[in-house]
Amino acid sequence: MEAAVFILSLVDCCALIFLSVYFIITLSDLECDYINARACCSKLNKWVIPEMVGQCLSTMLMLISMHWFIFLLNLPVAIWDIYRYVKVPMGNMGVFDPTEIHNRGQLKSHMKEAMIKLGYHLLCFFIYLYSMILALIND
Amino acid sequence: MSGFTNLNSSVGYSQNSTPNGGAAPPYQNGPVQTYPAMYPPAGYYGAPPQQQGYSTIPGHAAPAPNKAPVTNNAHSANYYHNNHQQQQNHLPQHHVAPSPYSAPLSSAPPSQPYAALPSAAPPPTNAHYNQQPFQPHPPYATPGSYYGQQSYHPSSARQHPSLVPVTASGPGAPLYPIVSYPSAPGSSQYGTLSSSQSTSAPVGMPTQMVGAPLHQYSAAPPPSTTAVQPGYGVGPPGQTAPTVVNGQGSAAQNAVHQHYTQSHQASLSYDSYSGVPPGSGGADTDQPPSGTPSTSVHSSPGHHQGVQYGYVANSGASSASATTSGPAAAAAAAAAAAAPSSSSSDDDDEEEDEDEEAGGDTSSSTTGSASPVPNSYDSLEGGSYPDSMPPSNDMTNQAAPYGSYGYPSMQSAYQQGPASHTDASPSHDLYGQSGYQQYSQPFPNLSQLSAALGGLSGVPELEVEALRPVNLLQERNLLPPRPLEAPEPNVSSDLKKVNCSPQTFRCTLTSIPQTQALLNKARLPLGLLLHPFRDLQQLPVITSNTIVRCRSCRTYINPFVTFLDQRRWKCNLCYRVNDVPDEFMYNPVTRSYGEPHKRPEVQNATVEFIASSDYMLRPPQPAVYLFVLDVSHNAVEAGYLKYFCESLLENLTKLPGDVRTRVGFLTFDSTIHFYNLQEGLSQPQMLVVSDIDDVFIPSHDSLMVNLKESKELVKDLLTSLPEMFSQTRETHSALGPALQAAYKLMSPTGGRITVFQTQLPTLGVGALQAREDPNQRSSAKGVQHLGPATDFYKKLALDCSGQQIGVDLFLLSSQYADLASLACMSKYSAGSVFYYPSFHYIHNPAQLEKFQKDLERYLTRKIGFEAVMRIRCTKGLSIHTFHGNFFVRSTDLLSLANVNPDSAFAVQMSVEDSLADSSLACFQAALLYTSSRGKRRIRVHTLCLPVVNQLSDVYAGADVQAITCLLANMAIDRSVSSSLSDARDALVNAVVDLVSAYKSNVSNLQQSGLVVPASMRLFPLYILALLKQKALRTGTSTRLDERVFAMCEFKTQPLQQLMRLVHPDLYRLDNMSDQGALHLNDTVVPQPHLLHLSAERLSRDGAFLMDCSNVFYLWIGKCCNEMFIRDVLGCPNYASIPPNMSHIPELETPLSERVRAFLDWLQDNRAFSCTIHVVKDDASAKATLFQHLVEDQSEVASSYRDFLQHIQQQISK
Repeated sequence: MEAAVFILSLVDCCALIFLSVYFIITLSDLECDYINARACCSKLNKWVIPEMVGQCLSTMLMLISMHWFIFLLNLPVAIWDIYRYVKVPMGNMGVFDPTEIHNRGQLKSHMKEAMIKLGYHLLCFFIYLYSMILALIND
Repeated sequence: MSGFTNLNSSVGYSQNSTPNGGAAPPYQNGPVQTYPAMYPPAGYYGAPPQQQGYSTIPGHAAPAPNKAPVTNNAHSANYYHNNHQQQQNHLPQHHVAPSPYSAPLSSAPPSQPYAALPSAAPPPTNAHYNQQPFQPHPPYATPGSYYGQQSYHPSSARQHPSLVPVTASGPGAPLYPIVSYPSAPGSSQYGTLSSSQSTSAPVGMPTQMVGAPLHQYSAAPPPSTTAVQPGYGVGPPGQTAPTVVNGQGSAAQNAVHQHYTQSHQASLSYDSYSGVPPGSGGADTDQPPSGTPSTSVHSSPGHHQGVQYGYVANSGASSASATTSGPAAAAAAAAAAAAPSSSSSDDDDEEEDEDEEAGGDTSSSTTGSASPVPNSYDSLEGGSYPDSMPPSNDMTNQAAPYGSYGYPSMQSAYQQGPASHTDASPSHDLYGQSGYQQYSQPFPNLSQLSAALGGLSGVPELEVEALRPVNLLQERNLLPPRPLEAPEPNVSSDLKKVNCSPQTFRCTLTSIPQTQALLNKARLPLGLLLHPFRDLQQLPVITSNTIVRCRSCRTYINPFVTFLDQRRWKCNLCYRVNDVPDEFMYNPVTRSYGEPHKRPEVQNATVEFIASSDYMLRPPQPAVYLFVLDVSHNAVEAGYLKYFCESLLENLTKLPGDVRTRVGFLTFDSTIHFYNLQEGLSQPQMLVVSDIDDVFIPSHDSLMVNLKESKELVKDLLTSLPEMFSQTRETHSALGPALQAAYKLMSPTGGRITVFQTQLPTLGVGALQAREDPNQRSSAKGVQHLGPATDFYKKLALDCSGQQIGVDLFLLSSQYADLASLACMSKYSAGSVFYYPSFHYIHNPAQLEKFQKDLERYLTRKIGFEAVMRIRCTKGLSIHTFHGNFFVRSTDLLSLANVNPDSAFAVQMSVEDSLADSSLACFQAALLYTSSRGKRRIRVHTLCLPVVNQLSDVYAGADVQAITCLLANMAIDRSVSSSLSDARDALVNAVVDLVSAYKSNVSNLQQSGLVVPASMRLFPLYILALLKQKALRTGTSTRLDERVFAMCEFKTQPLQQLMRLVHPDLYRLDNMSDQGALHLNDTVVPQPHLLHLSAERLSRDGAFLMDCSNVFYLWIGKCCNEMFIRDVLGCPNYASIPPNMSHIPELETPLSERVRAFLDWLQDNRAFSCTIHVVKDDASAKATLFQHLVEDQSEVASSYRDFLQHIQQQISK
């Protein structure tokens, strides 16, 4: 059972890692001008909800399986994702808005955020991996 | 232009690769003769012959002092002309300079910035100046700009010893025939010049010359050879020598030393080449027809010039026959080699690519791939390699002019200089250095040079004044007597002369701090305010096969680059060393070779290039206008339709465009109505689409019609339209679907959509809800709903922007219409927003008048299509935020579907890397657009500012107006993204921060009170004024739409307008004296002093004028002098002044004339004409006036005094 939870989390975490990498690549494409803002934002906005869902999923899994430490580790990120999504002004086209992404250093902060998330997901990945192996051994 | 099809033809390529390498001038291909035959001058461009828009104004060179400026202008102008021979000169031009020669001496007072009235013909010489209102200092003029040109002249001085004397005499003598051909088209919107037709100038009548001088060379068709001559220099016969070729008439001024100035040279050379008697000059022109440039060379009396000339010809136009090339080689060894290689091909068709650089493009092009259309544009402006020659015939033609038509070589002049230099002399490496002194001192000494280079020479006194600590609590009279001018950057005088006009390009800190730390310490924002597409009276237009740009950062060559030697230049933005392409070695203005530093590009901070096909993604689009009209019941009630139709009918022929211009109309209420205007129909046909959920276009080719072909139908429609809907009962408005339909109609071509809307959209997509709560209008906390309610309009705008469609919105609504949402359609498609609250054709005549005036300006103003703008700055600086109406497509590329002359932009910058290794920081804005006549053009502005490392210098260079405007933009952003109160706090904090930063870092005085540097003494006042603006005020009842509109204005208005909105100018009119008055053409324009905006400055016995940018208030005191009332207003006494008087009668009294002269002068270079309201002391209208008295206390806002006290409290906290 425990192993199953962690295997699921591991898969989820892999997906999130890929997503983070995808965000970073797309944003840096924008930074280097290989892609235009409109295309970039519509690509990224598509994945904002899946990312949020993925993050919440692993948080819920940890809550349900009562791994408090990992739950607390996941919770702030999940809250941030939700907050970010909810706070999008009505007139904007999503978390990433093509008309604003080049203003006020937004691109940089998005990039920074994606980097931090990548690091975080990598950390989680190893934690899950370790926990999974531990769980399998214990079984 | 067909040309764009082949970008890089293989041919071009191969040439590059050839050993000759860069040296090999592609142009040389054709033998000279071919050209003339093949392309009659008129043929160039294939453009319709008459392009009135681009008239060149014939400016005359003012002789002595002014000369410099003139010359430059001339250059540019000349330059162009070659290309544009077809176009006709404008009549106005002629007028202007009727007798240029005669009055050479009278120098136009440079000081009169405003005298831009073309109509009044000042003395010919002056004309120039007057027309250039914007540039107080003669930037263009500086012939000897930064880079010393003299050094270069290959041809040694020796040739013309004789010449020298001539020139020398020049200054004093009025005779100079210096004809400058400034390109300034005074009248036309396009100040560009290009178009004047040379043809027009037949025989050398002096007057004509003026008009079309430039062209003549090129333009003059073979037959007219004689005609040509006049153009050049046609001085009165008596004046022998000095006919200056291209308007560089300036030559006269300096005695021998100045030789370098081109003009001198020109004159000399002229004679020689042409072989014509000196006075006659025009020989050059002949050549082309004759086809043998070489001949000219020979003819020239043994001057070196001759040689060069030949060379030139080669490079430019392939014309060069062997003979020419030969000599050239001799003259300039290096170059020569290239020439011979020149190919064989006579045809113009061949494209000549010079670029080696093609590689550069690739990156950009690749980038484009991902994105649909847009990227490509950016690659165009930004990255693509322009160099490749346009394959098309046109291009070749253009090229041809240089060579084939043989510019008369002007070089001779140079040689005069005692300091004659050897041609490629290595010794003169320092181009730049030698250059600048030309003006003042022929022989620069090193120290001067270094000072100038450093840009630090500056004017110490000014700085001291700017730094004088001002205690705001003690000094009460802060306003200068005249409206504040932009501070001059503290750079050497030569750089100042060529620097970009502050009206076009302004930086908040005219001394750039060296590091971000220093910037942070100063607590001032760093940013630029641009007005790039401003109507210019005079603009050098350059047609060149090669637009010289830095190979790594793509900066256009500009006056602030450094020439390392004759073949290399160093980019002033990224410091890369680039090669000077061969073509650039030839200077079409002086027709000399080997003087890249004298090219117009390097002499003017604002230039316009005619772009080649490399800068096009598709053939330049025609001007396409679609009018989307609200015809719901509400609209009919407001009654705008009739006035719109009238105005459009009146201006139908004045719509910018050419024969391809297309128009279309679409009306909507709850359904959408299209109009079939296909040529051949007997009357317009209305097609109604009632399915607004899935809009389709009923007919594809007949809805947007060629204006010329269907003019009658369009007129029919406009006449009948107001009647058609007069009985409508439909109250709904399906704006969203109508816009979708408009988008579909326009997307194949791009163009401009003009939307007239009178109410909240209620149907279909984009329907909006009323969000405003009228009871909250004056609530001090939180103004809600400043942002859009839906992203529909934003998406639509981005779609439009992608298809090169700009959307302009006229909102004429008496109710809340959610401008915050609607404005998005214009904001992101680079449109403009006009708002007429409570518009009603009967009940609100003031709005109606404003609407009509705005509409007239709107319909007739210049327009640029499918534009992109890129702003580059010196390495180390980076732009992080943009303000204005556009879509930021990539980090530094603004996509502007339409660009209009009335919108401005602002950017914020930060210092990313220390600028310690450079003493100058440069900024370049390049705007690539398609003119309404279907030409692709690039307008480039370059600004150069000193870098400083002392905080006191930063303060000394602070531009308080620019800072205020930038802060206003930032505050608007803040109030939308955060909240209004946040934004207001931020503004107050800006003042607090400045004062405390200044106190702790700079001023060592221990005085108490609020001390700020003198340069910033108006800052608290301006901030207070900002806080009382509609956009940012709280407490006072302000309708949401009006507030949002005021915010839009802040984002798009140019600085001068904005400052007058924020802090209107107040003058007392009843006791104006002639002291300090301007004398413009016969009229005396009094210059009353500015008054503080406080009721205590008003007195009952006076008459005061308040200038609020788009409206004037004339306030008449109760006890106002009866004479004033009688003489100016035409009323017997105060009591008889009508309550809603909105014009000043034209009376013959001297007082009235002066008042009107002053009013006219104030309005002179405003885009939108102002309305005037006479306000009586007792009238309730007083309230409208008194709300502008920002120093006074209002019910909710504090007075200036209280504000200062508040600031002081904040600081001491």
